[in-house]
Amino acid sequence: MAIRWFYYAAPQNFYALAGRLWPWLAALATALGVAGLWVGFALAPEDAQQGEGYRIIFVHVPVSWMSMVIYLAMAFWSILGLTFNTRLSGMMTRALAPTGAMFTFLSLWTGALWGKPMWGTWWVWDARLTSELILFFLYLGYIALTSAIDDVRRADRAGALIAIVGAINVPIIYFSVKWWNTLHQGASVSLTRSPSMAQLMLWGMLLMALSFWVYTLAIVTYRVRSLILERERHTVWVQALPEVSGAKK
Amino acid sequence: MNIFFTVVWRDLRLAMRRKAEVLNSVFFFVVVAALFPLAIGPEPETLRHIGPGVLWVGALLATMLGLSRMFESDLRDGSLEHMLLSPHSLGLMVLGKITAHWLLCGVPLVILAPILGLQFDLSPQALSMLCLSLLLGTPVLSCVGAIGAALTLGVRGGGILISLLVLPLYVPVLVFGAGAVQALESGVGAQAHVSILLAMLLPALFFSPWACSVGLRIALE
Repeated sequence: MAIRWFYYAAPQNFYALAGRLWPWLAALATALGVAGLWVGFALAPEDAQQGEGYRIIFVHVPVSWMSMVIYLAMAFWSILGLTFNTRLSGMMTRALAPTGAMFTFLSLWTGALWGKPMWGTWWVWDARLTSELILFFLYLGYIALTSAIDDVRRADRAGALIAIVGAINVPIIYFSVKWWNTLHQGASVSLTRSPSMAQLMLWGMLLMALSFWVYTLAIVTYRVRSLILERERHTVWVQALPEVSGAKK
Repeated sequence: MNIFFTVVWRDLRLAMRRKAEVLNSVFFFVVVAALFPLAIGPEPETLRHIGPGVLWVGALLATMLGLSRMFESDLRDGSLEHMLLSPHSLGLMVLGKITAHWLLCGVPLVILAPILGLQFDLSPQALSMLCLSLLLGTPVLSCVGAIGAALTLGVRGGGILISLLVLPLYVPVLVFGAGAVQALESGVGAQAHVSILLAMLLPALFFSPWACSVGLRIALE
């Protein structure tokens, strides 16, 4: 069965699809999250070297993955938006940005919480930490640019361009910071040397990662629905929606 | 290619009519460099250590001051629209504007940096490396910054917005630019840093005018 991609590229059709999807996605994200936390905090054994403190990785590692995946997704929608000129792509990018910024912030925050008991410091100028911080700045730049431009169409397209430029720069930034770090030999901590993980720990982490994936899908579809309502409010089909015409009476 | 030189020449002449604007960013660079010893202390050992970094950060900020002017006055008097409508390649014209920005905001810094470097007690080798790294790095700053300037054209609070957009993208240039001097000082040798700066300059020169043109068309559609 072929999925009708272009059918759902129209905001009107996507609005209905998103309305049916998001409650299920939200429920699934909650279920996966509860299962992941249960495995992570109740079932997984205590770590031999790090004690109980290591359990923050069940949140930290998945949010760090998401922070990068979401930026890639934004670049993907931006390329699609600039080449096909679809309205929905811009809304997708706009809806992804706050969630991505939130995950990046959480990644830095949980990383600091983990670093304090493990390394004895909240922050080291390690290559990964520094590039994650710069990724956070890139998200903020995107949000600042799109919210400063009043014309929605221009804001979407300008945002798309800066998202693509940023995505090209992310690997360059990562390698330059890595080089800078080895030159200075500031932090003597290696993040790459990870001990072999117990099966249960891996499961906990995978469940949490899946939960955050589905959460992102749920919140983004929900946010896109709001954006569609806001931007298409003058159209006949929005006025005819029961939730819109019902609220007016 | 003619149009490229026409635009460069035009921008240079316009800037010469309003010298203060160009001199402001140069003066800013000098002042910022003078603030650091006052804040940190006059020990030559410390100053020698932080000098390259301070001068590079100063250069970053000084070139950014000129960015918001890059297309703004052309937008106001309508010449930017004419550029977009003209049959000549917009990319070449944008490259001309980038070159003019570099000549006005980048080259003075390259010339001034060794003099300010003396205040930080840098050795002659370090001074010449600082010059070379700025010579290769500042054009990249102009290229990347131009994209930000095009995107924030006519936007509320554009000046501060440019810095938010552009400064994170400047990180690699800063790392290798200031790193080149430090690598030379520490005896590692700066050849790798210089090669990488050059490797960043060439794609920036190629892609930035194109991305800028897209940005300008978005801004003026």
